[in-house]
Amino acid sequence: MIDKSVPDVESAVAGVADGSTVMIGGFGRAGQPVELIDALIGTGAGDLTIVSNNAGNGDVGLAALLAARRVRRVVCSFPRQHDSWVFDGLYRAGDIELELVPQGNLAERIRAAGAGIGAFFTPTGVGTELAEGKEHRVIDGREYVLEHPIRADVALVSALRADRWGNLVYRETARNFGPIMAAAATTTVVQVDEIVPLGDLDPEAIVTPGIYVDRVVAVGERAWLRDGAFVGGVDVEGRPLAGDPRPALEGEAAR
Amino acid sequence: MTTRIPRDELAARIAADIPEGAYVNLGIGAPTLVANFLPDDLEIVLHTENGLLGMGPAPAEGRIDPDLINAGKQPVTTLPGAAYFHHADSFAMMRGGHLDVCVLGAFQVSQAGDLANWSTGAPGAIPAVGGAMDLAIGAKSVYVMTDLLTKGGESKLVETCTYPLTGVRCVTRVYTDHAVFDVTPGGFAVREAFGDNTIAELAALTGLELADATGETTDERNQQ
Repeated sequence: MIDKSVPDVESAVAGVADGSTVMIGGFGRAGQPVELIDALIGTGAGDLTIVSNNAGNGDVGLAALLAARRVRRVVCSFPRQHDSWVFDGLYRAGDIELELVPQGNLAERIRAAGAGIGAFFTPTGVGTELAEGKEHRVIDGREYVLEHPIRADVALVSALRADRWGNLVYRETARNFGPIMAAAATTTVVQVDEIVPLGDLDPEAIVTPGIYVDRVVAVGERAWLRDGAFVGGVDVEGRPLAGDPRPALEGEAAR
Repeated sequence: MTTRIPRDELAARIAADIPEGAYVNLGIGAPTLVANFLPDDLEIVLHTENGLLGMGPAPAEGRIDPDLINAGKQPVTTLPGAAYFHHADSFAMMRGGHLDVCVLGAFQVSQAGDLANWSTGAPGAIPAVGGAMDLAIGAKSVYVMTDLLTKGGESKLVETCTYPLTGVRCVTRVYTDHAVFDVTPGGFAVREAFGDNTIAELAALTGLELADATGETTDERNQQ
């Protein structure tokens, strides 16, 4: 029997070694595996290289990992945000290395790693300082720059549901980097709202097949869903709005 | 005194050039205003690079869904016909030339169509590029929406960009508060001058030689 489910987030992130490269899914807060990141902080693993689109928001999740001084280097496309004060402070103090990668090159380099591609020529970045020092080639009259895959020891991904084989479905734009990171890491760890019985996920709707997934852990339903249905009542950070103005569900007494 | 149209009017002007059936990416910041002026009776599909085609307007208070955001990380909605996809697919749509139009902001555009919009190269700044370089080279038509002049009065249309480049020879057209400029093999051509603005005035403001293409302006939507 294949059973990739683990009982808690601590078991899910166990064994991450110092010096590991860790991919962290999410675009801003959407799809950021906050519970897994918190558990990673708890392991004490340090000297990490983090591959993620952003470099943390506010003081939670990836920002908390940075604040705990566990990260030596960040590979990302957009570290600077209105609430990226943790990264900004470390960067200005020279306490963290940054490899800045155009977003589409970041995604394709991750995809290439999972797909076994040795390297690829892309037009993105040609003529800019982010392509300086890299091999260029003119193909059919257009200039391209050579980009290499980004692999990881561990990927931390957030999805909506999994089964015990590790098949995954996502929710809306929180899918973002999940499918490609899941394929690009030696060990892929996924947090989901719930683990459903094998066979309950529609094979036509599975986005990440379980072959890419090693561990799944259920962390409970996100605050803006109830029994899988959207109920709202939160801000864009997922924090409950004052007074919980969520509309009553059908059949539920008005609150 | 030259005529400057308000930003909303410029957004409406850009929207009027986007034909039904177009797949469009609107960059973060001012370009997102263009969405407010796309006619409701035309099917124009908005792409957001974090993984959605068929993006709709902002949700009502209390109906914000943190899983459903745009590239600016603002809450959005979906329209009937919407589709989600992962990041590599989303950027394949751009890089593969499937998007018809993208609208971007700019620090500078050169007369060769080079774009600088991601960094001023200022020391101490936190660098961030996001999808700017992918968008710049990825759409069939790359429109820039910007004020013609900086707050200091310098032209954003330049002979050669002095800021770090986002993309080379990638801009199709520049919509400014003073006029609309096409990028042509011979440099900038004025497609439409707003108000009483003249080619001579625009040439003086930009310090560039400008061709007159105002007679060539047509209603693109009716051509499609």
